Amino acid sequence: MANIQFQNVQRVFKQHDKEFVALKDINLVVQDREFVAIVGPSGCGKTTCMRMAAGLEHPTGGDVRVANEVVTRPGPDRAVVFQQFALFPWKTVWDNIDFGLKSLKVDAAERTRRIEQIIALMGLGGYEQAFPHQLSGGMQQRVAIARAYVLDPKVLLMDEPFGALDAQTRVVMQEELVRLARKNPRTVLFITHAVEEAVYLADRIVVMTRRPGTIREIIDVKSIREAEDWDQHKRIEDVMDLPSFVHLRTHVWKLLREQQGDDAH
Amino acid sequence: MIAPPLAPARFWGLTAAGACSFLGLWSVAALVGLTSRDFLPAPWDVVQRFGQLLVQPFAGHVLQEHLLSSLRRFAMGFGLAVLVGIPLGLLMAWFKWIDRIVTPAFEAVRFVAPIAWVPFAALWFGTGIGGPVLIIFMGAFPPVLINTYRGAKQVDRKYIEASQMLGASAWRSMTEVLLPAAVPSIVAGLRISAGLGWQSLVGAELIVASSGVGYMMVKGQASVSTATVMCGMVAIGVVGLVIDVALRRVQQAIETRRGV
Repeated sequence: MANIQFQNVQRVFKQHDKEFVALKDINLVVQDREFVAIVGPSGCGKTTCMRMAAGLEHPTGGDVRVANEVVTRPGPDRAVVFQQFALFPWKTVWDNIDFGLKSLKVDAAERTRRIEQIIALMGLGGYEQAFPHQLSGGMQQRVAIARAYVLDPKVLLMDEPFGALDAQTRVVMQEELVRLARKNPRTVLFITHAVEEAVYLADRIVVMTRRPGTIREIIDVKSIREAEDWDQHKRIEDVMDLPSFVHLRTHVWKLLREQQGDDAH
Repeated sequence: MIAPPLAPARFWGLTAAGACSFLGLWSVAALVGLTSRDFLPAPWDVVQRFGQLLVQPFAGHVLQEHLLSSLRRFAMGFGLAVLVGIPLGLLMAWFKWIDRIVTPAFEAVRFVAPIAWVPFAALWFGTGIGGPVLIIFMGAFPPVLINTYRGAKQVDRKYIEASQMLGASAWRSMTEVLLPAAVPSIVAGLRISAGLGWQSLVGAELIVASSGVGYMMVKGQASVSTATVMCGMVAIGVVGLVIDVALRRVQQAIETRRGV
C-alpha cells in the first residue's frame, strides 16, 4: 500500500539563534491512490510538507512515512514534479525522461517501450529530440510530468506544478492531469495555492494555516464529486459552474480568508 | 553607462588607426637612430627576420618546428591540467571531505608562480619533457580547478534535487548533471587556463635544451639578435590569440546549443 503518513510532524528552523516553528502537529494520511491537495497561504509550510515526503528535507519532530517506511532520502519511488520543472537543459526530452529509468536498472528495450508509451500519453510525440528551451512552458511541464510518471512511482509529489504557466495552458494541463489521474490513479500529494485547482483535481483538500503551519481543516471532495458526477463534464469551466463546485470553492476560500483577517490586526 | 556599439566601419577604422600609430611610432623611433638597429630593429626588419626564420634553421630548427614543439609541450601540460582539474573540481564540489583535504594544499601551492617552478622542475626532470610540462601544468591547472569547482558549486539546487529524486548515483550525478551544468564555467576557466599555460611556456622552455619558441628566443638573446627575440614574441602572441579564439568559438557553440 503506497500511502503517505505524516505523524506529529514538526519542523523548526533556526535563524540567527532564533527558532521559528514552520510546521506543527501535522497529522495526515494520504491513502493509496488518493489525490490530496494541500492549499494554504504562502509561507504556511505546504511545500516543506511535500519536500519532507520527497526526502529533500527532514522533520525536526515526528516522522514521514511512505508505504510504511520512514523517508530518509530522495528516491525514484517518490517522484517529484517541481514548480520550476527542473528539466535538465542539456538533455533532450527523451533523455530527460530516460534519466530516472536508467537508475531503476530497467533494460533498454523496456525503457524504450515505457518512454514511447508516456510520450504518446502526454502528447509529446515529435518532440523526442527537442531540448527543453525549445519548448513552451506547458510542454516543458508535460515532460516533467512524463519524467515522473514513467518511473511508475509509489507516490507522486507535485509542488505547484502549474504555478509558472499562463492561465490557458494551466487549464489544459489541469484537465489532462484529471484525465491521467482517473485513467491511471496514483497516490498524489499536490501542493497549490490556487483554490479552484485544488477543488477540481483533488479527492481531499487540506487547508493549512500560517505561522506556525498547522492543518486547519480537511475537506472531502471526492464524495461530492462522485455524487454530483463532475466527471461527466470534460471541460473545467463546466465543472466550475456547478453549484456543488462553487459551494466547495467558497468554503475553502473562506477558510483561507479567515487567516488573512488574523494577519491584519 | 555603456556606450552604444560602434558601426563596423568605425570599429575597424579605429582598430586600424591604433595598429598604425603603434607601428608608426615604432618605425620613427627605429629610424631616428637614437639606438642601434640591433637594439631596436624597425618593424620591417622583424618581418624580414620572420621570413628568414621560416626557411633558415635557427638554433637547430626553423620557426615552424620550434612552434610545433612548443605546442606539443603546451598540449601535454594543458591536457594534463584539464584531465586532473575537471574531475578533481567535480569531486570537491560533490564530496565535502575531498574539498577539505584538497583546498588547503591547493591554496598554498597556487600562489607559487609557474615561473617559480623552473628551478625545481630543472632539478627533478633535468632537460627532459617533464620539466616544461610541469611548469605549463602549474600555470594552467588552477583556473581549470577553480572554475570547475565554482561552476559545480553554483549549479542550481533544483537540478541536484531532480537528480537525487530520480535515483542517480554519485557518479551519474557528477557526470550527467554537475559536469554539464558547470560546462559554461569550465569553458571560461579553460580560456584563462590556456592563456596562463601558454604564457608559462617561455619560462618552461628556458630549461629545455633543444627546441621551442622560448628556446629560440633565449638563443636569440645569446646571439644579440633582438629581431629574433621579437619574432618569438610575435609568434607567441599570435598563437595565444588563435588558441583563445578557438576556445571562444567552443564557448559560443555551447551557449547556442543551450539556448542561452
